[in-house]
Amino acid sequence: MSDTKRIWVLIEQEEGKAHPVSWELLGAAQRLSAELPGSVVEGVLLGDNVESIAAEAYRYGATKVYLIDDPVLKVYRNAPYAFGIANIVKKFTPEIFLVGATTLGRDLASAIATRVATGLTADCTELAIDPEKHILAATRPTFGGNLMATILCKTQRPQMATVRPRVLPSPNPAETGTGELVRETLGMTEDEVAVKLLNVIATDAGDQVDIEYADVIVAGGRGLGAPEGFKLLEELAELLGGVVGASRAVVDAGWINVSRQIGQTGKTVRPKLFIAAGISGAIQHRVGITGSDFILAINNDPNAAIFSVADFGIVGDLYEVLPELINQIKAQRAGHGAAEVAHA
Amino acid sequence: MHAIVAIKQVPDTSNVRINPETGTLIREGVPAIINPYDAHAVELAVRLKRKFGGKVTVITMGPPKASEALVECAEQGADRGILISDRKFSAADTLATSYVLARTIEALMAEEPVDLLLFGKQAIDGDTAQVGPGVATRLGLPLISYAVSVESFDPIARTGVVHRRTERGIEVLQTTLPALLTVEKEIAAIERAPLPDVIRAAQYTPEVWSASEPVAFDVTKIGIKGSPTIVGKAYTPPPKKAGAAVKVADKGVAPTVAEALAKIKIANVVKF
Repeated sequence: MSDTKRIWVLIEQEEGKAHPVSWELLGAAQRLSAELPGSVVEGVLLGDNVESIAAEAYRYGATKVYLIDDPVLKVYRNAPYAFGIANIVKKFTPEIFLVGATTLGRDLASAIATRVATGLTADCTELAIDPEKHILAATRPTFGGNLMATILCKTQRPQMATVRPRVLPSPNPAETGTGELVRETLGMTEDEVAVKLLNVIATDAGDQVDIEYADVIVAGGRGLGAPEGFKLLEELAELLGGVVGASRAVVDAGWINVSRQIGQTGKTVRPKLFIAAGISGAIQHRVGITGSDFILAINNDPNAAIFSVADFGIVGDLYEVLPELINQIKAQRAGHGAAEVAHA
Repeated sequence: MHAIVAIKQVPDTSNVRINPETGTLIREGVPAIINPYDAHAVELAVRLKRKFGGKVTVITMGPPKASEALVECAEQGADRGILISDRKFSAADTLATSYVLARTIEALMAEEPVDLLLFGKQAIDGDTAQVGPGVATRLGLPLISYAVSVESFDPIARTGVVHRRTERGIEVLQTTLPALLTVEKEIAAIERAPLPDVIRAAQYTPEVWSASEPVAFDVTKIGIKGSPTIVGKAYTPPPKKAGAAVKVADKGVAPTVAEALAKIKIANVVKF
């Protein structure tokens, strides 16, 4: 079956846990496969003692998983990962190869693309198959999100693309799934790896927020006026079971940890509810939030660009609006609770 | 200690505007700047030079105008600037760009030893973050991307310890030298340049290398020929249909907030 077109997805893992962007990409790979006759969706998995993750990949639609399991791959390092994957790319010649645009994935994908001398499109927001040429049409924002460009890789293979977490919807896994495990060897020893991981300094507990996967985000910008303003955002976020996010301006100003930064140079988010307080909404910020189901924007400048993407906008002082929002939510809950008690 | 820093002159994307009638980028009047991350890479190199002695070489591929950026690096304290400029390089994607930079660096390493190669983590116009890792791969050198600090650096023992930011925290990595780092802004805060450097830079003219001299690049690997990717089409992102914006000044704060909550309830995105 030499004419089988393999669509590969990197199953990214660290410490034995798969990154959910891998499943988002498997979902995208299946949509591409439906448009590309003769194609199959397959996963690529590297690590040390990570075979169990393959079963998860089958449930998300991979029919086959190529596994390189080796102690050298225990922690991610560019050289052995890129070496191992480039070798199996040369051996199995996939047509398309999708990688998550995480820190790990971006570091790795460009090294693989260089080793196999192919094209790589970073941070795609849309993947499609060109209906005439049957090649990957990878669309990405450029010039800080001011322009969208659709990139094609005409002759070299695989056609590589990275996609940031949460840009694509999260698919639901099947109850069960089976696939074929293909074991490959690394062919590199620890002596050949120049970089050694000495230690990992975990991010402060308070900053260990999974902002990319939060359902509710209350984000603040320069309009807060001072770092203390985040206390009010935290109160609202806690009330809604959400987390606090921020614009680049306030991260650069040192008001809040960079792990909270949303936008082009920060994280892409996809919450059910996004509340933007005192964020002007530069294009670089807006591109990171457009996947939100509902955007509520609060800004005292009626011309703030954030209103152009808001489902509802409030032009006013956030220090008036947010406390009122908190009060009304509390009041509604109290009323609701009382009604339930009365009914019982 | 010899560090080579690769920089890029970019349009200041925070000032880029779109022509609403044609849907194209307005480039006129948009200032060209050193890619911000690259400026911090230059700063790190200059600091290491001040500590260990040695020199800093800055290279860039770009149009003749990019020479300005090299003069700015000389003001920052760089000793040598090389502009790699030729029409044959135009329309290069990241693969072709990493080829040109890697061959240039190889030529410089043949002249004298190099301890450190520095790149910004990404350029703000393309945001790909691919060129640094691509160059490390081509040269077969250790890569540490997203570096935030240099804990130790020993050009004699040829080893260094570098901190790198990832989603799970800061990785502390030991590497042999020479190594290639792509850096975040906090790698080194930019300080005001000393006056002697500024004066020297005013007289400084960077070298210009072409596609044929002093390095004869493989013409099949540069510019559009060496680029596997092409831009199929480019367009401005379609604006999202925005909802209403209500002014507190018109309705009062409580009714406005109540209206917002009602809208959120109708959208059924969260339960209160």
